[in-house]
Amino acid sequence: MERIASQVQVNNYLRLQFPSRSENESLARVAVASFVAQLDPTMEELTELKTAVSEAVTNAIIHGYEDRDGEVRIECALTDNTVTIVIEDEGVGIPDVEEARQPMYTSRPELERSGMGMTIMESFVDSLEVESMIGRGTRVTMIKTFGADRVQM
Amino acid sequence: MPVNSRYENGVLVIRLQGELDHHAVEKIRDDIEAQLAKTDYQGLVMSFRNIEFMDSSGLGLILGRFRSISQHGGQMALCEVGPSLKKLFEMSGLLKVLPLYEAEDLAVKAVKGA
Repeated sequence: MERIASQVQVNNYLRLQFPSRSENESLARVAVASFVAQLDPTMEELTELKTAVSEAVTNAIIHGYEDRDGEVRIECALTDNTVTIVIEDEGVGIPDVEEARQPMYTSRPELERSGMGMTIMESFVDSLEVESMIGRGTRVTMIKTFGADRVQM
Repeated sequence: MPVNSRYENGVLVIRLQGELDHHAVEKIRDDIEAQLAKTDYQGLVMSFRNIEFMDSSGLGLILGRFRSISQHGGQMALCEVGPSLKKLFEMSGLLKVLPLYEAEDLAVKAVKGA
């Protein structure tokens, strides 16, 4: 988790770690949203980011740890108007990341999941990277720049 | 979070409130299913007026209820959806299978008339 802060010069960062319990999903997205508020995002940008974070954290809890105890870690770093968010677990990992990124895909159909989590993440951030190793865990890296629309005007 | 609901003339209207994430939807799903089981309904209307946040867990909740209602031979409609939720609905293809109305009474009327 030291990766982001050491690779590039960042203006500010936030690290969070919490048990993989569903009641922490709300805490995680609200904490990240509060942190990026200093970039003065629009409500729409903030809602999109909260949704993407919620999807990644939910995946870590449901799929990474399969509802067992574990730890979810989040690191956010700001550089100019861009936030980089890494969300990682040490869960079971994803056997086929490409398959998991397909719309409507779910590995747990018994749970009434829509299979849209990854698709939503892809749509709501500028860049999404998913790295996973079986038995080691999954790391999701999301990058979003705020005010991209406003600069063009 | 108790689900605010009313039942009239065969239509169950569920007014969802707060946040529809993975943590919240399990209890809401059980509440809605319990209420559906108590009545011989023809339809379900879900209102999103008081929803402050929703992610794909909410989509799963809606699709799951659509499955229940369809198996029962009933109709279902959604209403009072804000712009950010509408974007999620469009992205998921939900609006291809479920009608969306601006006002709750229009949704109720549509479900009854179907």
